[in-house]
Amino acid sequence: MSTSNIPTISGDDNSVSVNAAGSTFAEVDDLERAIPAIEFRNVHLAFDDRTVLNGLSFRVMKGETKIILGGSGGGKSTIIKLVLGLLKPDAGQVLVNGEDVTNYDEGEMMRVRKQIGMVFQEGALFDSLSVYDNVAYRLHEQGIPEEDVEPEVRRMLRFVNLEDAIDKMPNELSGGMRRRVGIARALIGDPKIVLFDEPTAGLDPPTARTICELAMKLRDLEDVSSIFVTHEMNNLDYLCSEYAVVNEAGDVIFEREGERLCLINSKVMMMREGNIIFAGTDESLRHAEDPYIKKFLRGH
Amino acid sequence: MAARAFVRLFKRPYYIPEMIAQMDAIGVGSLTIILLTGFFTGGVLTVQTYPTLKTYGAQSQLGLLVATALVRELGPVLCALMVTGRVGSAISAELGSMVVSEQISAMRALGTDPIRKLVAPRLIALLVSLPLLTVLADVVGIFGGWVTATALYSIPSSLFITSVRDGITTDDIIGGVVKPLVFSLIIGTIACRQGLGTEGGTVGVGRSTTRAVVMASIIVIIADYFLAKALQVILGTT
Repeated sequence: MSTSNIPTISGDDNSVSVNAAGSTFAEVDDLERAIPAIEFRNVHLAFDDRTVLNGLSFRVMKGETKIILGGSGGGKSTIIKLVLGLLKPDAGQVLVNGEDVTNYDEGEMMRVRKQIGMVFQEGALFDSLSVYDNVAYRLHEQGIPEEDVEPEVRRMLRFVNLEDAIDKMPNELSGGMRRRVGIARALIGDPKIVLFDEPTAGLDPPTARTICELAMKLRDLEDVSSIFVTHEMNNLDYLCSEYAVVNEAGDVIFEREGERLCLINSKVMMMREGNIIFAGTDESLRHAEDPYIKKFLRGH
Repeated sequence: MAARAFVRLFKRPYYIPEMIAQMDAIGVGSLTIILLTGFFTGGVLTVQTYPTLKTYGAQSQLGLLVATALVRELGPVLCALMVTGRVGSAISAELGSMVVSEQISAMRALGTDPIRKLVAPRLIALLVSLPLLTVLADVVGIFGGWVTATALYSIPSSLFITSVRDGITTDDIIGGVVKPLVFSLIIGTIACRQGLGTEGGTVGVGRSTTRAVVMASIIVIIADYFLAKALQVILGTT
């Protein structure tokens, strides 16, 4: 949208830049941003007689983090596998950036997967490759020259604070380090969609916090759309109440909602036995009357 | 799966380093057990057949018997069984472990086709290595038979060698190379299929490895019977 039609708002002590206002409106009116990064339309999936997803419909908008909560076996991780085409739905549609990928074959899915980063529960690092080769994997597969690969790998490892581990093998890393290398590997090539499959499961609280901070940095500084599957409530607290900003010294800091007027781009969805039993903000989740949700939040 | 692996082999990216690494692991890595198997099989053939041949005064045919048995049957089949035990189990266990630790899913998520990256190089390495290993086992087996015949039964060296040379035909050699080609496809396909189809965690890895070895061994032996008959018909040696 052109900025020329935007009226100038000015005042001696309180002026708003025309350019700033223009860019804000342009972003809102950008048709590309109106297309969801991920969309499920009435998706059904069953393994033998067990229903895993029962008519699931939801959207993840550009730049949004969708936190999917729920107990084990509720179909959370299945959603991620459907987005990547690792599983196919029995009925319904899966759309990635507005493109219906439901019936894509493996060859077509390979092209779609190149736009998506995936962080696996245990990292899923390739045992036979070093940290460097794991992170560089996607670039090596694309045949990118080594002189271009190395700076990119180092940039990603700096992003997860693991540049020192570049020459280590996966079996020399702790659980938290493996997850962070997994995140670096998922982020190489700057995908605009990142899927997290219980990335903090089994980690100590400080390491879990670090993983959540990485997800916040992606959301707030890199404009990445993501699905964050978890069953840990502290993940929800971090992702829904804090945001990442760059301070005057150029460092990334995390501030709590309320300290500044802001809109944290995280939405929550709760699953139970293949159905969405809640979709909304974390505040409305905490006020939900559903007994299962109450029990899930309280832990008893 | 084998057909898919071969079709995708000719599309970019080519996994030449993986193929070379697999040939090293499968071919060079199996050298010791194949040489030992060949040598002692040739030796024991001499030990078991010499008394019978002596009864009929046919000691001069010892070389022919050892060489024919090795090149036609024992070389290809024993090599295939040894490679099934060593390589088939390793392929199945490795791929199975990659499945349960989600490395295969990660590979697919990163835009790589596991059939091309993992299955095709292993199949090609087996197709190249197994016939070479079989030929080596045949040669070492005949050498083992010669050592036993000359050392234990004092058969003249020239008599044994002449008997071997007269006994082996081109058809025997063709059959001895065609069989391992088919066996390598059987071993590779079954091991990769079982490995990639692993379900149920580490217990599942054990199950799929056992299944891969048992199935490949049995199918190799059954295929050997039909191949022997088919080769006789094709080469006109019935």
